[in-house]
This record gives sequence, structure tokens and C-alpha cells, in this order.
Amino acid sequence: MDYSQFLMMPQEIGLLAVFLLVFLYDTFMPRTTQRALPLVTVVFFGVYIAWAFLPPAAGKCFGEMFEASNATWGMKNILNIGVFIVLLQSVKWTNNDFVSVRRGEFYELILLTLLGMFLMISARHFLLFVIGLETASLPLAALAAFEKRYYESREAAAKYVMTAVFSSAILLMGLSLLYGACGSLYFSNLAFGISAVNGINWMLIVALAFVMAGVGFKISLVPFHLWTADVYQGAPTAVTGYLSVISKGSAAFAFMVILVQVFGTLYQEVWQWMLYALIVLTITVGNLFAMRQRNLKRFLAFSSVSQAGYVMLGVIAANQVGMASMMYYILVYIFSNLAAFGVVMAIENHCGKVTIDDYNGLFKTNPWLAFTMMLAMFSLGGIPPFAGFFSKFFIFVGAASTGSVAIYVLVFIALVNTIISLYYYLLVVKAMFIRQDECAIERFKSHWTERAAMVICVAGIIFVGLASCVYTSIVTLVEESPNLFMMI
Amino acid sequence: MEIFSNILIYFVIVPLLTIGGLALTSNKGIKAIRAVAVAGASVLMVLAIWLVMIFLRERGAGNQADMILTGSWMWYEPLNVKLALGVDGVSVVMILLSAFIVFAGVFASWKMNPLPKQFFLWFFLLSTGVFGFFISIDLFTMFMFYEVALIPMYLLIGVWGSGNKNYSAMKLTLMLMGGSAFLMLGIIGIYFHSSADGQLTMNILEIAKNNAIPASWQMWLFPLTFIGFGVLGAMFPFHTWSPDGHASAPTAVSMLHAGVLMKLGGYGCFRIAIFLMPAAAQSIGWIFLLLTGISIVYGAFSACVQTDLKYINAYSSVSHCGMVLFAILMFNHTAMTGAVLQMLSHGLMTALFFALIGMIYGRTHTRDIREMGGMMHIMPYLGVGYVIAGLASLGLPGLSGFAAEMTIFFGSFQHPDMFHRVLTVAATCSIVITAVYILRVVAKLLFGVVQDEHHRSLTDATWEERLSTATLILAVVAIGCFPNFFIDIIRDSFNPIVDALQALKM
Repeated sequence: MDYSQFLMMPQEIGLLAVFLLVFLYDTFMPRTTQRALPLVTVVFFGVYIAWAFLPPAAGKCFGEMFEASNATWGMKNILNIGVFIVLLQSVKWTNNDFVSVRRGEFYELILLTLLGMFLMISARHFLLFVIGLETASLPLAALAAFEKRYYESREAAAKYVMTAVFSSAILLMGLSLLYGACGSLYFSNLAFGISAVNGINWMLIVALAFVMAGVGFKISLVPFHLWTADVYQGAPTAVTGYLSVISKGSAAFAFMVILVQVFGTLYQEVWQWMLYALIVLTITVGNLFAMRQRNLKRFLAFSSVSQAGYVMLGVIAANQVGMASMMYYILVYIFSNLAAFGVVMAIENHCGKVTIDDYNGLFKTNPWLAFTMMLAMFSLGGIPPFAGFFSKFFIFVGAASTGSVAIYVLVFIALVNTIISLYYYLLVVKAMFIRQDECAIERFKSHWTERAAMVICVAGIIFVGLASCVYTSIVTLVEESPNLFMMI
Repeated sequence: MEIFSNILIYFVIVPLLTIGGLALTSNKGIKAIRAVAVAGASVLMVLAIWLVMIFLRERGAGNQADMILTGSWMWYEPLNVKLALGVDGVSVVMILLSAFIVFAGVFASWKMNPLPKQFFLWFFLLSTGVFGFFISIDLFTMFMFYEVALIPMYLLIGVWGSGNKNYSAMKLTLMLMGGSAFLMLGIIGIYFHSSADGQLTMNILEIAKNNAIPASWQMWLFPLTFIGFGVLGAMFPFHTWSPDGHASAPTAVSMLHAGVLMKLGGYGCFRIAIFLMPAAAQSIGWIFLLLTGISIVYGAFSACVQTDLKYINAYSSVSHCGMVLFAILMFNHTAMTGAVLQMLSHGLMTALFFALIGMIYGRTHTRDIREMGGMMHIMPYLGVGYVIAGLASLGLPGLSGFAAEMTIFFGSFQHPDMFHRVLTVAATCSIVITAVYILRVVAKLLFGVVQDEHHRSLTDATWEERLSTATLILAVVAIGCFPNFFIDIIRDSFNPIVDALQALKM
């Protein structure tokens, strides 16, 4: 075996090293030093991020099952930044009395799922893809059940594991159909097999639908989103944050790669329209349900369903502009959503309050938390000069770059939905700034790690948009990965 | 850095610096907060006057370029989005207007309570958006600044407003943001058809020069952009946010909103919708002309039956802003010049109205004209100010309203088409109706019988209120007496548009 192949995957190797270090620390270090484990993980991960930013290797390895390109390199680094914030946010929570016995597991499982997502992103063979998907899904069920003293947390885990397994089964069914039709599971072979078919082949279309359903579950596209609200609400907030940005972002990227590389020739006639319907449903249903939520975690769950629809606008373009805007959107979404979850988590850790009404008068007592939350809401709602505005604009431009009138209509539907979403994001702002409450959450000082994470998020929300270099470099990365869109 | 040698960028930097300065002040130090706010507003005022002088000097020196002080700096390279700056006569007077109203607004909110610091923070963020909009000639940055100017309204009304403020703030924000959704789609559409040779651009001047938007696309993009800006310009039937919003907003916000923000609508309609898509403007402009005609008459009639002072002015704003859009859609020099004069005139006199109403409300704690009377004896300064504003509104010669409306109706009647002429005649009726509602209020509020004995003990304006209103009154008189000064600045700006429209007719 050619061991130099591992040089193609520096990010995965680095991640594995962090995992092993954390694992060894957890297993062999004396009990008295265990309290430092979260911070040690954060430090290891910080060093690893610097390593992961080293210039990318490009090429295929392991019998062309694994591909590293500039685009995957960029996507993995975007996810790394998000995971770093999640790790930082969870330091205080993992040191509380109920969770601290298992805190090592929390970090190990998070790192392992991230590894699975990296494999999903880089897989160019469905076998590796499914391994990645499962690695990324099943530990998340354990993570959702992390607060096992709570009924909701256990329920969340059960729901998640059921849906995950069910959607995996559907995906595998789709893959076997594909294998039956084309005799291979390599993306490139499948693409040629599919392009060789003339006319409509129902077996392929059913396979495509099954694959979309299987991956759509991870991104929580409507109608595969039914698990989202309950799991987000029940799972510990750190895990919810992780689920809503990292898990979703990686699946969206992998989804796009599969659609353009494997099913590229079916774009015009078939999957463009399937995705069209999914996007309209996802954005609208997510929005309509988010309006009625009073629990902030459920609220953010539905908001993230609708955001997933916007992410898909980049996919439907099926070109480089679309992919670049999608990656940029995910980066911005990471900052905005994690800022919101950071505030929710700080307040939940302090006094356990999670409904919107509890936030009444928050500005009077905790102006900085209210300010961070407001920025997060504005960014999610797409208000300039915050990053969310830029990402929304670019994703719309990305979708419209196909030039078809139908897509313009889609963009219009998405824009109208932006207004609806603004309504419910403003409800949170209204609670914090306009409503008054005698028994508002009292003034408190959140843990320094939580504040550090918020500062990173706020800096991201403000500067990722205004500093054009972020978007420009993502575009450059995507443009330097040309073989992605061969089949379109 | 080359960008800092362009005076225009300071119209964005100064408000931002003021915001920074305000952030450094302490919540309790009301003096420091006021000092920073006044300093920021004064610097903006000086800058605006300086800009007018630069503009006159350039024009005097024979610089006949469409836009002066232009400059562009690459921002988002992959999309060819630039930070492009430039002004013509219309933007210069709009900037002057904004600086005036920001200045007066700071003094009108002198006793803002609670949270004065946060109030001024949002207030200056709003002005950043307004100034940024007027100095940009790039669709993306224009749109960005446009939205920056909208969102602070939500908190300004929600936190510091009065009455049914939650409802009004949400309605206003969602309706205006809805308008900007139309606008965003329009901008994306324009962008993808901005050039025939594939070098897409967001720069307005380049798009107009390329003139590459196919007529079939113009038919869709023109209504999108026109409605998008028309919502902000309170065009019927998208005006319903305006009365509620104005009634609930605090004084300075009403001033800035009616005085400047609604002008963004008119300015955008002409700068983006008509300038970039002349063919569609020519062929389907009449639909919007009809709508604006309805705005003018309907707004005036609605104002007649209101009893809340702010509602009266809000509906009168609908009527007057309708005139702006109406005149712009006449596509000739005179009418368009009148439209800009009307923007100036309406901006100043509505700001004056809202300032006075705010001051009266601050004393009587009611805005219902049925509960007030005889104010002329009790507070003569405010009373006289109100009469002047009212007379300007109904078009008394010597005040700004006359110059503007005269020019508009003269210009509109020059339009050769019978449809346009009939509409002009119909719109002219609004002058009479305006007189009805203005005189009704003046008679009742100022000269009527005192309705509440407590009102007799009220005091007249304080020094900062006098300063705020005197600035605006002076400006109203200045426009009324020397309209030619402004017309000279504005007039040449319409050459490119009128030329493009004439070329289509050939």
C-alpha cells in the first residue's frame, strides 16, 4: 500500500490526531486534571485549525474513492471554524455537575462526527460516502441524549436515531438501484452510466429521489424535516448548535457534489425541478412554523429549516457561482446561528429560561447579550450591513445566474419569504428591546469562554460581509476546482 | 488611500464616527451625548454646504459631466461590485436636505427620554444609510445603504414611539422590506442584463450607457423597481405604512422619515427605474402615473377627515410625495425639476410640521385637534411656525411649496398627451383640498377656543426648539424666494434621462 496517499488528507489526519489526543487525555490523565479537558480540546483544535489552513493538496487517492480539491479544502475549513466555536461555547456546560462525568465523550463524539462529515464531503465513491454519513449521524444520537436526566433529551435521541436509520435505509435502497442500473458506485462511473441512458429511465429517477430523501434528512429539507424541531428542542443546546450549522452545512455541500457529479446529466429535465419544489416547500413551511414558536430552540429549529432552503438556492444553480455562494452562505450562517445559540446557551446555563417571553426586557439587564442576539437575528434576516445580507444577496445572484425565468420566480418566492422571516426575527428583537418585564432575567456575567465564542461570532457577522476578501477567496477556491461541474 | 481624498465618502464616515463617539459616551452623561450628536450633525451640515460650493465651482468651470466627484473602488471582484461614488445636481440638493433635517432633528430630540444614547446611535445609523444612498451610483451599494436606512426605523419607533407603536413599527418595517424584496429582484435582473458583451456591471452610469436591457425584460424589471421604491415613496396603494408609522414615531424620526427617507423612494424611481429602463417607462409609465394621481387626490381627501395632527400630516405627505412621483413620470425637464423642488420643499416643510407637532404634543400630551384650541395665544412662536409651515404646504407664493407645485403643474401640462393633461388637471384639484385641511387645522388649533384650561399655563418654545424650527423655516423661505438657485443646480441633471426618452420617441 502506498502510504503517501495519506498526504492527500492532511485535514482528516490532523482531526484524527486531535481526537486521539483528547481520547488519551480523557483516559489516562488523573481525575484532578479532567476539569481542564474542555479547554485542552479547544487548544488542540485551535492548533489543528492552523494546520488545516496549510495550502491544500489536490488529487484523488485510495483508488479514486477520496478526492481532495480546493473546494473541499475550503468547505472543511469553514466547518472547522464552526466546530471551534461550538467547542468553545460548550466548555462551561460540559463542566457542570451532571455532564462532567461524560465530558470526554462529548468532545470525542463531536470530533468523530466531524471526521465523518469530512469523508462525506470528499467521497467520490458511495461506499465511502455512506461510511461518512453513518459516522456523522449515529454519534449525534448519543450526543442528543447527553442530558439523559431529561426526558426531552432522551426523546430527541430516540427520534433522531429512528429517522437517521430510516433515511439511511432509503438512501441505501436508492444506491442499490443505482448500482443495478450502472454497475458501479464510483461517482464518475455512475455519471457516465447515467449519461449513456437515453430518455427517461424511471429506475434512475427513483434512485435519485431516494438519494435526495436520504441526504435531505440531514439538511432537514421539507418534507424530511419532521425530526428537526423536537430534536433541536430536546438536545443540549451545544449539540443543537452543532446539528443546525455543521451537520447541515456538510450535508448541503455533499448533496451538491452528488447532484452535479453523479446526476449532472439529469439536471435540466429532472432534479432541477425536484429541488425547485423542495426549496419552495422548505423555505415556506419552515417560515410559517417558525412564526408560531415560543420556545427559542424550536424557533431556531424552524428558522434553520427555512435557512436550509436558502442554502439549496446555491445548489439549484449547479454552477461555480452557486457553489461559492453556498459555501459563503454556510460560513455566514455558522456565525449568525452560533451567535444566537451562544446567547440561548448562556442564558439557559444561567437560569434555564428558553422561551421568547423570558427574554422580555433583556436589553435593560444584559445589554451585551441582547446586542449579540440582535445582530444574530438581523444577520439571519438578511439586514445590511451584517454578513447575512451579503450571503443572501450572493445566493440569490448565484441562483439567478442560471438565467431561467423559472429560477427568477423561485428567487422571488425566496425574497417574499425573507420578509416573513424578518417578521419572526424581529419578534425576538422586540421582546429584548421593546417589551418590558418586571422579572426580566437578572444581570449576570456569562462564562468567559461563552463570551469569547460570542465575540468571534459577532466579529464574523460584522466583518465577513464587509471584508470582501472572504467571498473572493471562496470564489477563487471553487474556480480552481474545475472538474466539479463537468457533467452539467 | 485614494478613496479618502473624495469628499463624498465623508458623508458616510462622519455619521459612523459619530456613532463611534456616542458608543464611547456613558449612558448617564446627557451633555456629552448631546455634544457628540450636535458635533456630528454640524459637521455634516458644513460638509453638505461645502459640497454645494464644490458643485457650483465645477459647473462654473465648465465641467459638463453627468456626474462629478466620481470614483470607484473594487469591492466584490467576482461580481464586479464596486464602491462607486458620484453626484449630480439632484443628489447634491438631496444631501443638503438630509443634512438640514439631521441637524434640525438632533435639536428636536434634545430631551429624548429614555436611553438618549441609543436613540442617537440608531438615528445616526439611519442617516448613514440615507447619505450613503445619495452618494452611491452602484446598484449594490445603493441597495445596501437603502436597507441600512430602513431597519433602524423599527427600533426607533418601537422603543421611543408612542401610541400603537408595536403594530406601526412592524407594519412599517415589513412593508418597506417587502418593497425592497421587489427591488432586490429588480436589481438582480438588471445586473444580469447590464451589458451585451458579458462584462456584467452594477454601475448605474455604465448600465445606462450600455443600454442593453432587452425591452421584454424592462417590462418586468421596471414595475419591480418602481414599486420597490414606490412603497417608500408612499405610492397608492402601498402607502398604508406611512400614516401609522408617522403617527407612532418620535418627533425626530418622523422628521427624518417624512423629510428624507420618503425622498429615497422618489430619487430611486428616477435614478434607477426610469434612468435605466426608459423604454418600459415610456410604454407602461402611465399605469404608475394613474396610481400616483390617485395618491395625490386621495391623500389630500384623507387628510381632511383626520383629527390626529400627525395623521393629517402623514396623509398630506402621501399627497405631496405622490406629486413627486407624478412629476417624474411626466418625462420632461420642467416637471422633473419641479419634482426635485417638491422633494426639497416637502422634506423641509414636513420636517417643520412634525417638529412643531412634536413640540406641541410634548406640552399638551394630546395630538387630537378636538381637544386643543387657541394655541396662538399660549405659544405664539410655535403657532407662527405652524402657520408658516401650513402656508408653505398649501402653496403660498414666497414659500417653497408654491415654487415646487407651480413648476410641477406647468411642466406636466406641457406633456402633449391628452391622458397626461387630464390627469394633471385632476391632480391640480389637490391644491384646493390642501387649503381646506390646512386652514381647518390652523383655525381650530391656533385660533379656536381653548379647550382645556390647563393648556393656558403652557410655555412657548425653548432655545433648542427655536433653533431647530428656525433653521427649517429659513430653508423653506429660501427655496420660496430663490428657487432659481436650486433650479440651476438641478436642471442639467435631467439631460441624460430626457435625452434617452426623446431618443426612444424618434
